[in-house]
Amino acid sequence: MAVASLAPVRAPRSRRASLALALCASLVVLACLASLAIGPVTIAPGRIIDILVAALAGERASGAALREAVIVLDVRLPRTLLGLLVGGGIALAGAVTQGIFRNPLADPGLIGISNGAALAAAAWIVAGSHLALYLPPALADVGLPLMAFGGALIGTVTLYAISTREGRTSVVTMLFAGIAIAALAAAGTGLLVFAASDQQLRDFTFWSFGSLSGATWPKVVAALPFMALLALICTRLARALDALALGEAEAFHVGIDVQRAKWLAILGIAAGAGASVAVAGVIGFVGLVVPHLIRLVVGPSHRLLLPCAALLGGALLLGADVVARTVVSPAELPLGIVTAGVGAPFFLWLLLRRRAALMG
Amino acid sequence: MMVRHVSIPAALVALLLLVAAHVGAVRPAHAASAPSPQRILAIGGAVTETLYALGLEDRVVAVDTSSTYPPRALAEKPNVGYLRALSPEGVLSVGPDLIIALDGAGPPDAVKVLKSAAIPFETLPEARDEAGVLASIRRIAELAGVPERGEVLAREVAADFAALSALRARITAPRSAVFVLSASGAAPVVGGAGTGAQAMFDLAGVTNAMAGLKGYKPAVGEAVLGADPYAIVLMKDQNHSVSDEAVRAMPAFAGTSAIQAGRLYRMDGGYLLSFGPRTPQAARDLAALLYPELALPPLPAHAANAAATPRPPATP
Repeated sequence: MAVASLAPVRAPRSRRASLALALCASLVVLACLASLAIGPVTIAPGRIIDILVAALAGERASGAALREAVIVLDVRLPRTLLGLLVGGGIALAGAVTQGIFRNPLADPGLIGISNGAALAAAAWIVAGSHLALYLPPALADVGLPLMAFGGALIGTVTLYAISTREGRTSVVTMLFAGIAIAALAAAGTGLLVFAASDQQLRDFTFWSFGSLSGATWPKVVAALPFMALLALICTRLARALDALALGEAEAFHVGIDVQRAKWLAILGIAAGAGASVAVAGVIGFVGLVVPHLIRLVVGPSHRLLLPCAALLGGALLLGADVVARTVVSPAELPLGIVTAGVGAPFFLWLLLRRRAALMG
Repeated sequence: MMVRHVSIPAALVALLLLVAAHVGAVRPAHAASAPSPQRILAIGGAVTETLYALGLEDRVVAVDTSSTYPPRALAEKPNVGYLRALSPEGVLSVGPDLIIALDGAGPPDAVKVLKSAAIPFETLPEARDEAGVLASIRRIAELAGVPERGEVLAREVAADFAALSALRARITAPRSAVFVLSASGAAPVVGGAGTGAQAMFDLAGVTNAMAGLKGYKPAVGEAVLGADPYAIVLMKDQNHSVSDEAVRAMPAFAGTSAIQAGRLYRMDGGYLLSFGPRTPQAARDLAALLYPELALPPLPAHAANAAATPRPPATP
C-alpha cells in the first residue's frame, strides 16, 4: 500500500515512538508559550503569569491592568486553546480520513467535506440571521457550529455511500465523488452568495479565509465536545485503521468490525472537520500535511500516528496563527492564507522527495 | 399563578426604574469629569474624513483600510485592517480610548472582546443622504468632545447640500447611468436599488438604469441594453485594472448609447461612496460629468474640504 511505502521500517520502534511523542508534546508547549507571549501588544512574561495566577485565584483586574488582563484572558488564552483544538482536530480528521480511505491523499478539505461544512455555514450566515431573531440566544450562538457539523456529516456520509459498494471503497470513485460534492457544495455556496446582502457577502468572504481572530471562550466550549468526541473515537479506532491498511478482508479476519470502524471514522471526521470549519473557517493543508509528516518520522502505526498528528497539528496551527497576527499588525492576515501558503509548497517538496526516494 | 404573572413584569419595571435612576444619577457627573477622548480609532472612510475635517487629525491613533481620504491618513497612521475583519488584539495594541466605527464593523466576537476591555465602541449608521451625513458629523464631533466644531462643520456641509439642491433643480431632463462596481469577471457587477451608488445618483440628479436590481449584482446583459444608460460610471482607484476598452467590449454594454458616445466616466471610489463631508462635492462632480452643457459651477470650498489641505508644520 502507498501508506506503508511511506514509512521505512526502523528499529527500535518503542524508543523512537516515545521520542516522537515527547518532541511533539514539547512543540505544543513551545507553541502555547509563543501564542500567549507574542502579539501586537507587548506584555512581559512575568505579567502574563501574574494575570493567569490572579485569574485562577478568581481576581479580576480593573483600571490600567484591565487592558492587559483582557488581552491575556479574553484574547490570547481562548485563542491558544481554540488553536490547539482546531489544529489538532483538523490533523486528526485528516489522519483518520487517510486511514479509512487507505489513501494518503485523502483530506477533508480535498474531498469535499470542508465544502459541505462551508455550504451549511454560508446558509447559516445568509438565512440564519433572520432565523436567529426567533431562536433563543443560546441556540443562535451555537447555530453556526451545529450547521457546519451537519454539513460536514452529510458531505462525509454522501461521499462514503457513493464510493463504497458491497463493503469495498473505491479510491478513484472517492476522489471523483469528492470533486463532484465539492463542486455541488461550491455551487450552493455561490447561490447563497448571490442572494446575500453586501454585508453578509463580506462576512462570508472573511470567514471563508479562516481565522482564529474571533476566538472567544464560548467558541472554545462549543468546539471542545466535538474534538473530545473525535479524540475518543481515535482511541477506539487506532487498531482498526492499522488492520484496514492491509485490506478490508484482512482486517475482518483479524477480528475488526470493519463496518463499525467505518461509521465511527465518519462520525469523527465530520466532528473534527465540521467543528473546526465552524469556529475558525476553512483552514487548508494542515489536515493533509501533518499526518504525512508524522508518518515519515514514526511510521504508519495509528496508535502513534494519531496522538502525534493531534499534537503537531495543534502546534503548527498555533505557530501559523502567531505569524498571521503579527506580520501585518495591528491588522491580521487570514490564517488560511498562512497555512496554505506555507503548507502547499511544503506538500510539493514532500511529493518531490517521495518521488526521488521511489526512483532512487 | 396570578401573583407570579403580575410580579414578574412589576419586578422588571422596578428594576428598569432602578437602572434608569442609577444611570440618570451617574451620567451628569460622568460627563462632567470624563476628559474628551484623545486616542480615537477611526473605522470607516467617512469617520476618518470627518475627524480630519473637524481638525482632530492628531487625535486619530489608527484607521482602517477604507480610510482613503485624506491620503495621508493611511500613509501616516497604523492600519488595523478591514472593518469587518478587525483583530481584537491589534485594535487594543494601538491603545484607543474611543472607537468610532461605521455600522457593520466586526466580527461580532471581536467587538464583544473590545467592549469587555472597557473601550467605548460607538457604531454609526451608514449615511445615505443629507440628514444622515449631517447626523454623522454631529455625532462624531459629540463623541470626540467637540460638539461646537461639529455644529460649524455640519452647517457648512448643509450649505453645500443646499447649493447642490439648487444645481440639481437646473436639471430638467434627468439622464440615466449605470454604476459598475467591478468588471473583472464575465458579468460586470453593477449597483442596484439600496446601494450607495443609487443614493449618490439620487443626489446628483441621475437616474439609476439598474434600479430594478437589489444591491450590487452581476449585470444582466439584456437588462442593461434594454435600459440603454446614457453613461457608465466606474471607480477610478479600485477598478483601474479593467481598461475602458475591456468595458466597451463587454456584451452587456457594447450596444448602449453610453459606449457608442464614449460616455465612460471614472470617479474616485472613496470620494463617490463614502458619504462624508465631501459628499455634496462628489454629487456635484458626478452631475457635472453627466450634464456638461449645464456648466454646473463647483461648490464653494471651505472647512469641509480642509482635510485635503496639507498638514501644517508642527509648532514646537
